[in-house]
Amino acid sequence: MNLANESITSLRQRLVAKEITPTDIVTDLAKAIEARNPALGSYLSIDVEAALKEASTADVSQPLGGIPIAIKDNINVTGQPCTCGSKFLQGTYTAPYDATSIVQLRAAGAVPMGRLNMDEFAMGSTTENSALGVTRNPWDLERVPGGSSGGSASSVGGHIAIAALGSDTGGSIRQPASLCGCVGLKPTYGRVSRYGLVAFASSLDQIGPLTKTVEDSALLLNHLCGKDSRDSTTLDESVPDFTSGLKSGIKGLRIGLPKEYFIEGVHPAVSAAVAAATKHFESLGAEIVGVSLPHTDCGVATYYVLAPAEASANLARFDGVRYGHRTAIQGDLLEHYMNTRAEGFGPEVKRRILLGTYVLSSGYYDAYYLKAQRARTLIRQDFEKAFEQVDVILSPTAPSPAHKLGEISNDPLKMYLEDVFTIAANLAGLPAISVPCGFADEGGKKLPVGLQLVGPHLDEATILRAAYAYEQSTDWHKAKPSI
Amino acid sequence: MSTPTIDIHRIATLSRLKLTDAEADQYASQLGKILDYVNVLEKHDLSGVEPSAHARPVFDVWREDVAMPSFSCEEALANAPRKSGDQFMIGKVVE
Repeated sequence: MNLANESITSLRQRLVAKEITPTDIVTDLAKAIEARNPALGSYLSIDVEAALKEASTADVSQPLGGIPIAIKDNINVTGQPCTCGSKFLQGTYTAPYDATSIVQLRAAGAVPMGRLNMDEFAMGSTTENSALGVTRNPWDLERVPGGSSGGSASSVGGHIAIAALGSDTGGSIRQPASLCGCVGLKPTYGRVSRYGLVAFASSLDQIGPLTKTVEDSALLLNHLCGKDSRDSTTLDESVPDFTSGLKSGIKGLRIGLPKEYFIEGVHPAVSAAVAAATKHFESLGAEIVGVSLPHTDCGVATYYVLAPAEASANLARFDGVRYGHRTAIQGDLLEHYMNTRAEGFGPEVKRRILLGTYVLSSGYYDAYYLKAQRARTLIRQDFEKAFEQVDVILSPTAPSPAHKLGEISNDPLKMYLEDVFTIAANLAGLPAISVPCGFADEGGKKLPVGLQLVGPHLDEATILRAAYAYEQSTDWHKAKPSI
Repeated sequence: MSTPTIDIHRIATLSRLKLTDAEADQYASQLGKILDYVNVLEKHDLSGVEPSAHARPVFDVWREDVAMPSFSCEEALANAPRKSGDQFMIGKVVE
């Protein structure tokens, strides 16, 4: 058996038919991880014994009964490490509780299995900012998997996970999903509890699924959403069965193409793939409508003021007192903090804390932070106006296929521009999904390209339905990397 | 606006981050470039626009003031770098 290659949906059918057991899946997956993780570097750690134990008692009658889900290493799972890809928490922190999303997955019968690499504290677009190891793209081991949920995307795309959880603050689920050829969904802000997700930028962060298929994405989302008393920003909204409307087709669906997104600087293979996909949507009965998001040029700038500002406050908790690294250098309290944090954090995290502190500091708050908050309002209003005309908005997910390792990691601004198409959905709090839509040929390698569908507030159902219609009438999701 | 000179040492102290001289030079230069880029916001008239702290309005959430299950002392201290009995240990903070 090689169950590691299968989707949740197909494994569930086989479990219910009693062809296989949860233990078979965990055993197969552990073998696949042992064989391919040394090359991919998706997982930072894995407790196979714990997963086997949970699998042995998994209730197959539950909707996710017996399905192992790999977890980004910034989501707390009781008794497991939660390093956030940082030396600050490596070897010094064991999660004392389950994040709400883990509680919900367990309640649906799923088995959390393995901890996935990520850019340190989710800050980055290549996973090269992890202090704990290199993660590679399953389609070309010389290339990055994207980030910050690079371990999640590389494990699902490389078929050493059935599905994974990631977190998305400015594109950190969708962009790596696009680069690794899998499906990545960022839910509406407030759909999924952030309790137990190590906070980066609290007004932007959302947990979401990375999966092999759109149907799996809908299925996992069913068991992640809901009001949580431990996260006051969760929405008290009914949670539909996201799988139920998937197959209704997209006849008459109005798909908006924002003129500001089809710009110079997008890789030709990405432009071509998205153009072909647009035609394909039209052939499925969708109506393509030109729309405008006039404040698109503010997106990256707004994000790189607001997200670091929030991060600088959130990461103040890393003080070397309650958990994590503590300096051995003797000194007064200020020296204790300054040395502890200088030793624990990596360069990108320091850069963002400094940037965030600067834009919040006296004299610069109005010039940067307040201005970015105002621009955020305009970006949200752009979408509200566009959604008066269309049901979903289509764009590339990322401006280019996967870069080579080291290619953009030394230029922070260049790396920040990787998020140009994904950031706005976080700023506006909207649901968005990336699905595979083609390949770029680079040096004899096939590199996945993804398209993004953004939907109105709380309308995950429509972007999932559109993504499903596209996926089921194309073959991109069936391609597998040769690793 | 033109990007002002960044007093990186002041910002580093506010950030509680000790920087080497080389790091200070590098971060000052990188932050300058990022802030130059952020000036793209100047292209739009933002005066009179309501600032958003969240994507959508968020409201205070209230609950009854009753105790809820939480960590035991032992659990709360399990990850502490230094502890003494049932307390976190920190350095001396009074002169």
